[in-house]
Amino acid sequence: MSQRLRVNPIMCAGHGMCAELLPELITLDPWGYPIIARGPVPDELTPMASRAAAACPTLALLIVEEEGR
Amino acid sequence: MTLLAPRPVHPGRAQGHLPRLLAGLADGSRAGLHLHEATFGPLPLPAEPASAAARRAASRLIDVVERSGLTGRGGAGFPTGRKLRSVAAGHGPAVVVANGCEGEPASRKDRLLLSRAPHLVLDGVALAAFAVGASQAYVAVHAGEERLAAGLEAAVQAREVAGIDPVPVRIVRVEPRYVASEQTAIVQRINDGPGLPTFTPPRTHERGVGGRPTAVNNVETLAHLALIARYGNSWFRQAGVPSAPGTALVTVSGSVARPGVYEIELGTPAGEVLMIAGGPTERPQAILVGGYFGTWLPAEAAWPAPLSHPGLRSVGAAMGAGIIVALPESSCGLAETARVVRYLADESAGQCGPCAFGLPALADALADLAYHGGRGDAAERISRLIRLIEGRGACRHPDGATQLAGSALAAFGDDARWHGRRGPCHGVQRPPVLPVPGDVEYW
Repeated sequence: MSQRLRVNPIMCAGHGMCAELLPELITLDPWGYPIIARGPVPDELTPMASRAAAACPTLALLIVEEEGR
Repeated sequence: MTLLAPRPVHPGRAQGHLPRLLAGLADGSRAGLHLHEATFGPLPLPAEPASAAARRAASRLIDVVERSGLTGRGGAGFPTGRKLRSVAAGHGPAVVVANGCEGEPASRKDRLLLSRAPHLVLDGVALAAFAVGASQAYVAVHAGEERLAAGLEAAVQAREVAGIDPVPVRIVRVEPRYVASEQTAIVQRINDGPGLPTFTPPRTHERGVGGRPTAVNNVETLAHLALIARYGNSWFRQAGVPSAPGTALVTVSGSVARPGVYEIELGTPAGEVLMIAGGPTERPQAILVGGYFGTWLPAEAAWPAPLSHPGLRSVGAAMGAGIIVALPESSCGLAETARVVRYLADESAGQCGPCAFGLPALADALADLAYHGGRGDAAERISRLIRLIEGRGACRHPDGATQLAGSALAAFGDDARWHGRRGPCHGVQRPPVLPVPGDVEYW
């Protein structure tokens, strides 16, 4: 099992909290919406990824469990 | 293998393969129930749909569709048999939706099929409902196309009187905007929502209309299904190529002598299809294949390209809903693209930031290049925006626009440099070739 980040772009309102908390994996586009790095979340970043997901004001940042690695 | 023995013979067989879907129709005529049944025979459904034998027949029907190699004719080209199988495997009674919302401005084939051969589509709806164990079916059309909707309602009523359909069929009117034709949007509309694309999962085939497993199929796909159920998978494969069996309806426009809808064998080279449509009226510089989610190909590359999903993939294009537009040499491909991308930007549902903000920016950059020369860096700005927008919407709407814009930069690269050095070419003043809603109809 590995984890991957995904944005629900309909829910996302571009608050930018995720990029603030997890700049290693999330940057913002010119309009303030998150761009997620490709690939699985590295183990050392999973706690911060969870925090970023929980901190999103619109709950648009999702952590998806993936089979295999 | 068919559902009922003996296997009937397709009326087109005597005259070769084509037409299949529009067989038995004189030019411009519409097949009522009587003519439809006289042409194709009755709907091949078991008399007692609840019996164990009928359940086996339903599973056999899905087998036949899988073996036929039928793929969706709405744009994505997903294998129809596989879709039906996954919906049939879902929990509880399923729902079938026929998508007749032809959102592509350069496409006419679904309207043509629904208005001239409505019973073939409705047969497909009934068969799909039978195959997946559905208890309800819908046909979605654009609101405002009242004649089409009324004709379908009349056809459904005639079938009710004749006791043909195994499940009730309702005609639903969907807001006539580009993104409302997307399958999750149609499902949301039937669920009394605003009719906009939704985030997936849940996927439609798992949880669609009323939370039930839902098969959304393009109306042409269902018409093919109605023929496959009658004449079998081997018959279906007699047309087309092994990698893309069967026929497809294509809408040909631009600088050809006889623009219109044609039924072609899949795998037919694009150039041959242009010749079927009367041939070019002016030397084409490029061909748009696949519509506004599609790809510009330089004319020389497009001419031999086989019109099929795998054939077009091999030249970096996609079949889409079977749209082919010939762009004459005197037109400006950059200006045409700028106009269409502006239209697509206006058609964004505005739900996702990268689409709501990205597409207008992309349209601005394209217009800058087309009409003002681009200040030296427009092509780079366009490429950067494409990379920024791609894959970041809930639906594929933004990706369609970036695909079109990217292919324009490739196909009209020389023009882009010319515009950059010397300003817009003469072509930008030509009347547009690609229609966007609001334009006067030209066929």
